[in-house]
Formats: sequence, structure tokens, C-alpha cells
Amino acid sequence: MSTRLLLGAEALAQGAIDAGLSGAFGYPGTPSTEITEHVQRSPEARSGAVRSRWTANEKTAVETALGMCYAGKRAMASMKHVGLNVAADPFINAAISGTNGGLLINVADDPSMHSSQNEQDSRLYTEIALVPCIEPANQQEAYDVPAYAFCFSERHRIPVLVRLTTRLAHSRAPVTLGPKRPQNELSAPTDRERFILLPSIARRSYERLILQQRDFLRESEESPFNRFVEGPDTSLGVIACGIAYNYVLEVTGGAPRFPVLKVGQYPLPLAAVERLFARCSEILVLEEGYPYVESRLLGSPRRSSPIIRGRLSGEVPRTGELSPQSVARALGLPAVHGFPTSATPVSRPPSLCPGCPHADTCRVLHDVLASRRTGHVFSDIGCYTLGALPPYGVIDTCIEMGASITMAKGASDAGLRPAIALIGDSTFAHSGMTGLLDCVNENSDVTIVIVDNSTVAMTGGQTSSAEHRLVAICEGLGVLPDHVRVIEPLPGHHAENVAVLEEEISHVGPSVVIARRECIQTLKRGARRPADKGGAE
Amino acid sequence: MKRDIILAGVGGQGLLSIAAILGNAALGLGLHLRQCEVHGMAQRGGVVQSHIRYSDAPLYSDLVREGTADLILSLEPMESLRYLPFLRPDGALVTNSVPIKNMPDYPDLDRILGEIRRLPRHRIVDAAIVAEQAGSLQCANLVVLGAATPFLGLAEDSLEAGIRSVFAGKDPRIVETNLRGFRLGVEAVRRAA
Repeated sequence: MSTRLLLGAEALAQGAIDAGLSGAFGYPGTPSTEITEHVQRSPEARSGAVRSRWTANEKTAVETALGMCYAGKRAMASMKHVGLNVAADPFINAAISGTNGGLLINVADDPSMHSSQNEQDSRLYTEIALVPCIEPANQQEAYDVPAYAFCFSERHRIPVLVRLTTRLAHSRAPVTLGPKRPQNELSAPTDRERFILLPSIARRSYERLILQQRDFLRESEESPFNRFVEGPDTSLGVIACGIAYNYVLEVTGGAPRFPVLKVGQYPLPLAAVERLFARCSEILVLEEGYPYVESRLLGSPRRSSPIIRGRLSGEVPRTGELSPQSVARALGLPAVHGFPTSATPVSRPPSLCPGCPHADTCRVLHDVLASRRTGHVFSDIGCYTLGALPPYGVIDTCIEMGASITMAKGASDAGLRPAIALIGDSTFAHSGMTGLLDCVNENSDVTIVIVDNSTVAMTGGQTSSAEHRLVAICEGLGVLPDHVRVIEPLPGHHAENVAVLEEEISHVGPSVVIARRECIQTLKRGARRPADKGGAE
Repeated sequence: MKRDIILAGVGGQGLLSIAAILGNAALGLGLHLRQCEVHGMAQRGGVVQSHIRYSDAPLYSDLVREGTADLILSLEPMESLRYLPFLRPDGALVTNSVPIKNMPDYPDLDRILGEIRRLPRHRIVDAAIVAEQAGSLQCANLVVLGAATPFLGLAEDSLEAGIRSVFAGKDPRIVETNLRGFRLGVEAVRRAA
């Protein structure tokens, strides 16, 4: 057995490879990107034995993984928490159809919103889908999860959601690797009907899924990721989910005085919770994200119920990730203080890199907008969102992947013009194309600026799935060829680029201006990453 | 032996290389290790920080607890002050003195350095000057690492092994420049001390 220094995200990926993974699909998104990247860098992916190319978006990733598991293979799709919103449809319905080969849906939540627009908790999705969830506490567990979860998935024919949060995904520790298991043989399901979710079939499948909940609960009670740790002081019982368990051990020197239920697998192991309830008059719930477990415990008051403490009661801050400090405070441990906070440091917001093509495009937008009183720029998710900050200040919105084009359309439909959308090439491929079709179908008066740096820049330069095909895609969706313009965002072309954008704004109907220049970061590295070509290519 | 360290700097300064070197050195000694880093949006010229912990006893948390850091190692002076609540009362602060002013309201540098000098244990090194002596401004991060060696609890040869392993596969001249930067950093504080 060998030991490797791995991020939590990488450990999960390595665990999957060693557990006989055949395909890893995903769309980049912090803090999940390193799961798929680790697979892409592996000898297994480089030789073509494991497929691992980036997909257009999270929905196509989950569907592709489902198709691969239909064929009897072990497959997984990885994404950040908001990516699961995009993939919610196949995720929830794959629970109804069930799986054939093992299927893991790996989701990295981002409490504290280090690189995200919300801190939604993926555990709630597992309640909607009625599927089990595994939440490793440390890098070793992250490695151990896939071998267990693929077997679980195949035993119960159910997708398993694996939840990471930012700190585990992005922290390194030595991980001891286990034996390598070969990939599954190709074997299409023998009971193919269950993959046809006609209402008559889906009703039966749904009944089965409801009945399976008992089995999932039994598995949770016996799971190696759930553990009851006795403690002499029963004035408090602690439920510590995922990485919260590490913080409890850290601040108690590895030996908590209170009984602790470590939770790493859901549904919540109710027998273990009962055991804690029977022993303790007060329960503290420590969990990353929403007060998910806490609110469920509050939901079943009984005569002898202990008092439940956590994020809802105020012992733990309602928002943001946990820390050793917040856990120590919630446990009532003596405060430890460092030096007082210095008032001197000022904020240092992220900014576009020197030489970034988006900066030139933002300057073009700035001058176009400065010449008129009206005008709104509906932007999207990517580096160009930094166009919101000084010295540019050119964007008005940023909501979620793809919203730029469709929000611009809605605002234009309402009469707010010019309505300009600002979207990156990869985001356009992810979920901008369908919105552009809506614009074409209504001849909506919108001007769409696609900033094409030919990569997924914000997450580190992954392959952009519509590379070299943006003009063809826009024309294919029905934008008039005269109104699909390509500009090169360079300072020397500024006046010319302003003129092109002005012309397209004055055109009544949808027009697209593609501002194409390679990301300065991928350019500096000499080549965009070859590793993520993946598969047999 | 246990060290809880906060690494501070600005995106692009080579902070994560420092984390990797410390991690490699600690692993080479068979120590337990946790290293936590910031990815994504925060890297774009913004604040970057990493927590690194190594110990001969098991570690649990990926994050350093406030009030318990043995060392703040910073590649930029203002950034070093951002994490003072993490530093234990007898902890040390080692920082580069060269500011990165990529915002309009960067505070007065003398005020920043004055605040650092009032801390009981600190080292301030002009990593740019030393790095130039070593042959490249690129190794300024290694200069600061060298300056921090008295507080790292790791022998210089373990750190040098860490440097070689992190830069393995690069041009041997790059490895040598980095080693030179590291050694000059060690000497710079030895002279000053």
C-alpha cells in the first residue's frame, strides 16, 4: 500500500479510479474542479481506459454518467453545489429509474461562498431525490468513499450523492491507497423497462424507491462513516457531520469529554441518534452548510426530547463555514485569543489579470455605455464578472450560468434598451445557446457579447466545449450572418471595436459580437491543458 | 513537535509553492500534515492564504484555530497584518517588506512596518533585493521561506530536500536559483538577528 499527498477532491477521484471507475464527467466549478482534473491526469485516463473529458454542463455530465452506468460500468459526475441545480433533473429521475453499474454524483458545496453566489446545501437535494448521501470527514475517508459507495449503488441500484465542502475539497493530507479493482464488464440492464419513466412504470419505481428508504436507513446505521464515540460527560451530546468531526477532535485534543455521534452517511442513523438522545439532555449539532440535521431533530419533539442546539439556536453562526474557533465556542470551551485584529489592511479585491482580453472588452463596453444614458449589461458567471468592479463598473447583473442572454431578452421585451448580454465562451456553451434560440425566435432586440478567451479561465484553464465553433453555432441558431461579428479585444483596436458594438446595438433584433482573444494565463503557459482531452482521444 | 502556520500573500507570488515545500519537507520526516489552500476567484490578484500544519502527533483540523498559529509567513507586508488574530501571543511573524499596491488605497508602508515591529517576535526581509542577489526576482518567495527557518521546526537540509522535490523536473538552473534564494534568506535574518 502506498501513501500519497492528496487534496480531498483528489482523494475522492483516486478512490474512484481504484474502485474500477470507467468514466468521470463534469463541468469545472470551484471547489469541485480538482476531482475531474485528477482523473484526467491519471495514467488510467491518459491511456484511454477511463473517460474523463469535460462536458458542456453538469446536466450533460450526469446524463452521460447515467448512460455509462446503464451499460453496466461504474461512472461518476462531479460538480459544484450550484451545478447540481443544472443537473437536478437527471439526478432526481435517476433515483426513480435506478442504476445498473454504480453511479456517484459528487457535489462540492461552498459554505462561506469563497467562489460562489450562494451556500446551498446539497444534502437537501438528497431528500428530494430520496437517495443516500455520504459526507467524508477527511481525505482518507474521501478516498475510501467510492469503493464503498459504488458497491452500495450497485447493491441497491441507486445513485449515491457524495458531498464535499470547500475545506475538505481543497486541503491536502497523506492518504493511504488501497487495492485496485478492475472495471466492470459491459452489461446492459436485463430489466430495461425501468429506465422508461412512463407514468405507469414510474409509479411502480417510485413505490419501490419509497420501500428502499428502510434499507438505506439500515445501511446508515451500520455505515463505517457513522460512528458513536462514548464520552463521560453526558450533559451534552454532539452530532458532528462531515468535517465538523475534525474540528471537535482538534479543539478537544482528540478526546472529547462528551458523547459524539460522527455522521458521514445519510439518511441520518436514527438508532444512533436515539442512543444519544437517551443519554444526553442537550444536543449540539455541528454541520457545514444549512441546519439540515438540526432542523430535522427539531421536527420531532417528544416528551423527553433533549434541547437541540446549533445554527438555528445561535450557538453556531447561521451562515458560513465552520472553523475550529466556532466549534470550540459552541462546545463552551475556554476562549483562545491571538493578537487583536489590525485596522490597517484594506481589502484587496480580485481583479482581471494585466493583459486580460476581458479588460479590453470591458473598456469598449464602458465607452459605449458612457455615450448614452440608458443601457444595461446583463452579465454571467466567469472572470468577466469582475467587470462589475472599478475601474470598469460596466455590468449590472450576475445571477447564474447562462442568465445573461435570457435576462437581457426579458428586459428588452419589457422595453429596457439597449439590452446587452455579456457571457463567456464556455458559459455560452454551458447554457447560453438555448437562450439565444429564444432571442432568434422572437427577433428580440438584444446585443450579445461573447467574450471568447477559448478556455474556462476562472477555474484554471480547462477546455471550453464550443471552442472554434461559436460563429457556426450562432448562425446555426438563426442569428443573421451579418450580425455575428468577431472583434479582437486589444487596446489598439479600441475605436474600431466600439464602432462594431455601436452598429450591433443599433441593429433591431438579436446580434452577437464575439470578442476573441486567448486568456493571458493559458497563453503564458504556452498551451491550454492537454490533460483534459481525456478518453481515447 | 508541532507547527501551525498561516501563509499569506497575493495571487501570483508563489505562496502555494511555499506550502508545497513545507508539506514535502514535513512528509519527508514522516510528520502528520494538513495543508489548506484557496483556489478560484480569490487568486486573481486578490488575497491568497494557506494554512499548513505539521506535527509528530495526529492532526485533525485542516484549518489553524485562531490564537494558535506559531507563525505567520507573509510574502507581502500588509497581508501579514490581516491574520494577527490567528497568531498566538508568543508566535512569530516573518514578512517580505516589498508591498504590492494593486489598489488605490494602499495604507502607508511605514505605518504597516511600524505595526509589525511592535510585535514581540518578527523578521522583516526585503525579499526583492535578496532575490536579485540570488539571480532572479522569481525566487523572492524562497527568500522569505529562508528568513522564516528559525521558526519552522524543520532542519535546513529537510527544507532544501523539499525545494528540490517541488521543483523536480524543472530546469536545474531554476532549482539552483531557488536554493540560492532560500540560503540567502536564511543568512539575511541570521545577520540581522
